[in-house]
Amino acid sequence: MPEQLAFALEVTANGLMAGVLYALVALGFVLIYKASGIFNYAQGVMALFAALTLAGIIDGQVPFSHLINAVLGTDVHHFGWHVPAFLAILLTMVVMIALAYAVQRLVFRHLVGQEPIILFMATIGLAYFLEGVGDLMWGSDIKSMDVGLPQGINAWIDETTFEAFGYGFFIDNLDIVASIIAALLVIGLVMFAQYTKQGRAMRAVADDHQAALSVGVSLNFIWILVWSLAGFVALVAGIMWGTKSGVQFSLSLIALKALPVLMLGGFTSIPGAIVGGLIIGVGEKLFEFLIGAPFLGGATENWFAYMLALIFLVFRPQGLFGEKIIERV
Amino acid sequence: MLYRESGDFSSSYAEDSQTFPIKFDRYRYYFVMFIAIAVIPFLINDYWVNSLFLPFLIYAIAAIGLNILVGYCGQVSLGTGGFMAVGAYACYKLMTSFPDVSMLVHVLLSGLVTAAVGVLFGLPSLRIKGFYLAVATLAAQFFLVWLFNRVPWFYNYSASGQISAPERTFFGINITGANTQAWATYLFCLMFVIFSAYVARNLTRGSVGRKWMAIRDMDIAAEIIGVNPLRAKLTAFAISSFFIGISGALFFAIYLGAVEVGEVFGIQKSFLVLFMIIIGGLGSIFGSFAGAAFLVLLPVVLKIVGVDWLGWPTDIVAHLQLVIVGGLIIVFLIAEPHGLAQLWRVAKEKLRLWPFPH
Repeated sequence: MPEQLAFALEVTANGLMAGVLYALVALGFVLIYKASGIFNYAQGVMALFAALTLAGIIDGQVPFSHLINAVLGTDVHHFGWHVPAFLAILLTMVVMIALAYAVQRLVFRHLVGQEPIILFMATIGLAYFLEGVGDLMWGSDIKSMDVGLPQGINAWIDETTFEAFGYGFFIDNLDIVASIIAALLVIGLVMFAQYTKQGRAMRAVADDHQAALSVGVSLNFIWILVWSLAGFVALVAGIMWGTKSGVQFSLSLIALKALPVLMLGGFTSIPGAIVGGLIIGVGEKLFEFLIGAPFLGGATENWFAYMLALIFLVFRPQGLFGEKIIERV
Repeated sequence: MLYRESGDFSSSYAEDSQTFPIKFDRYRYYFVMFIAIAVIPFLINDYWVNSLFLPFLIYAIAAIGLNILVGYCGQVSLGTGGFMAVGAYACYKLMTSFPDVSMLVHVLLSGLVTAAVGVLFGLPSLRIKGFYLAVATLAAQFFLVWLFNRVPWFYNYSASGQISAPERTFFGINITGANTQAWATYLFCLMFVIFSAYVARNLTRGSVGRKWMAIRDMDIAAEIIGVNPLRAKLTAFAISSFFIGISGALFFAIYLGAVEVGEVFGIQKSFLVLFMIIIGGLGSIFGSFAGAAFLVLLPVVLKIVGVDWLGWPTDIVAHLQLVIVGGLIIVFLIAEPHGLAQLWRVAKEKLRLWPFPH
């Protein structure tokens, strides 16, 4: 049945694209986890926050206008200008760096040396906090995001596959662009970590805090750097997902999509995040297509990734590429 | 002056090993019990019960359950919402299949069903640790919610996909359905709270609890000194899920009456209960109560202050609530990682020396 095969191929291609986006979110987790041992649950909310800020700045919204109006009885909404997308992205990046600084300075500096699980819970608190602040700043209505990324069906792939299979694949231009940007981002990050001074310092901190400190690496600076990088990755992810499905609360749930990717790939491995993302993206789409929708009533995408990761972990507890866990008493 | 242990001598083993060895604590405990059982039921009305007392009591049970797993045994779980859903649906199926059996039995049985499911999802904890386990429990959360949404047998093929509690009585008094009375539902839940707290308190200070704590503090070392990690972890999962199942059953049958699983038992619920035990205090039964009370009261107080006094729109207050809860979590973790329970302990220490602290 060639038609079914063509469907399956299309699903696989779409799964790969989705997987790249999962990997992008997972990458933010890996960066912070490697450098500071913090499992940053707030990564998804950071993406939401970045997307909200970007949409708000482009639109010329007054931050906290809703709150100001309620408290002071005024009626302000917009500054009345539109910021060009590129400038807005730069401004958002400044906000994310300020956020990274604040988070490091006000929260995690006071939690150095605490157990990892306490740090994890602090990031859950941070996620709630950021979500509330984001909503207060920019309002909770669904915003559309347009920074000039192409959208819509890719005509070339549609035609080519139509000639080859007699059935045109539906692949969104946005997904293709997103994959390319994600790939570039990953290459860039790897280069940064390998060949720059700061990147090496970052890896040194990831390897051993004490040793890094003793050769003169500033932990504070590196942690702010890492949080800023994670903010940058969150911004990119926020732009992609925001363009795809609008800037709204559900954007923060992509963090939940990234978690099984991390488990599968290992918390400490950048290639792991990518391979894991691809496996999960393809796996859940194919499972939904082959088994979920026909036999189980659909919507299996919510849990399939977790189950896959869970079963996988039972056999390999540190994930695909994770460092072997050695425990000593 | 009041809070003293001097002159409080134990003359038998039973006295020495009782739950509240200090006389003042004991009398305070009796006093609280007296207020809860004999005073509050006469004073409350529907509003108080539905907005404060029922959620507090039910969340307290869930928090005790989760505290056993996270606070005492050190296995972080984000699947609380899913396990509460198991309790709710088990209770629903039992209520509709066996209408003549007492609600007491139904609720306890739903606890047992949830315990079984909990053990099943606890099995990976033997291989997976720390964050990996926390994320793995999300599998339970998403899978269970999906299951109850998609398999019609669980909601008796009802058209809306919801489950709603039929009218059931306990000793001839309505406790579920539309015609309930405030004091009856309150007392029914209170009974389970007392039962849970009593069992949890005595388990955690006995050999089982010590094994859990050994596993929490360092599982390899615990294994070497002879704690069986399989049994310790799985009993923690079972007992924790048992309580969470009870709370889920009560949440559905007594408190809400009708439930749509994705909304009520979603991942937000897991985090809410987790926050309760963080704010209240990990590894403390009192902390479970304190955290539940705090997070049940907070939205009510914020709503009264924000909406009724200041006249702000409700959505701003809802967002502020997120900011405040998130901020409080962080503040608590920085200032007092052991939560309200630790503050209480410190206060007691101070009281003991007061008014001559030197």
